[in-house]
Amino acid sequence: MASRDDIKFLSNPKIGGRRKKYCRFRRFGIKYIDYKDPDFLLTFVNEQGKILPRRITGNSLKYQRKIASAIKRARHLAMLPYVTDLLK
Amino acid sequence: MRNYETTFIVDPVLSGDEIKATAQAYVDNLQKEGCEIVFVDEMGLRTLAYDINKRNNGVYYCVEYTAPDGAFLNNFELGMRRDERILRFLTVALDKYGVQYNADKRAGKIGKAKRHKQEKPAKTEPAAHGISRKKADSPHLTGVPSGDAESFKEEE
Repeated sequence: MASRDDIKFLSNPKIGGRRKKYCRFRRFGIKYIDYKDPDFLLTFVNEQGKILPRRITGNSLKYQRKIASAIKRARHLAMLPYVTDLLK
Repeated sequence: MRNYETTFIVDPVLSGDEIKATAQAYVDNLQKEGCEIVFVDEMGLRTLAYDINKRNNGVYYCVEYTAPDGAFLNNFELGMRRDERILRFLTVALDKYGVQYNADKRAGKIGKAKRHKQEKPAKTEPAAHGISRKKADSPHLTGVPSGDAESFKEEE
């Protein structure tokens, strides 16, 4: 009764699959990254205040560079720490 | 014309008037140099992420301005460096997106718009996926129970 074509829909092939990473700046058209917005920059930093790599955030190279420089500027202005523990 | 933005931190130990006078002095200084002030943002007292000169908070100011050229910067920054009332400063040249961003921020678009931009697509996407999945699954789901029901009826 159930042919092969029916069987492949009985289990959802998308369950358990990892969603593809993407660059949020590309996708949502954000052109400028503000260094005076530490709450936003906090999403690109780990618990010790280190900048997260591109392979984790999924940013494109262009915006990863901008993020990095924005975080460094924020650090200079004491909006983000250079070194800490338990930042989040 | 070039667009610049200078952010600086004023010592919080000074009295309120002195803090304002300090910021105003630098704004006047810029105007004297032929710069056109676009906006002075008083960001207020904030806690510093780390101590600077044994202070753990500071009063932030951000001045956006346009200048004919960059000649004034050396003197301007030298003055800040020598000033003990200024804990930190940072001058940044703005590109067109930075100018646009600041204009939007002043118009009150950014705080909300930025969050919306991030959240809305994120919210709609899973919904869209859910719909597409339901559509894909529903014929089979409806097909299977009905088939079962029929088979039950036949058995009865």
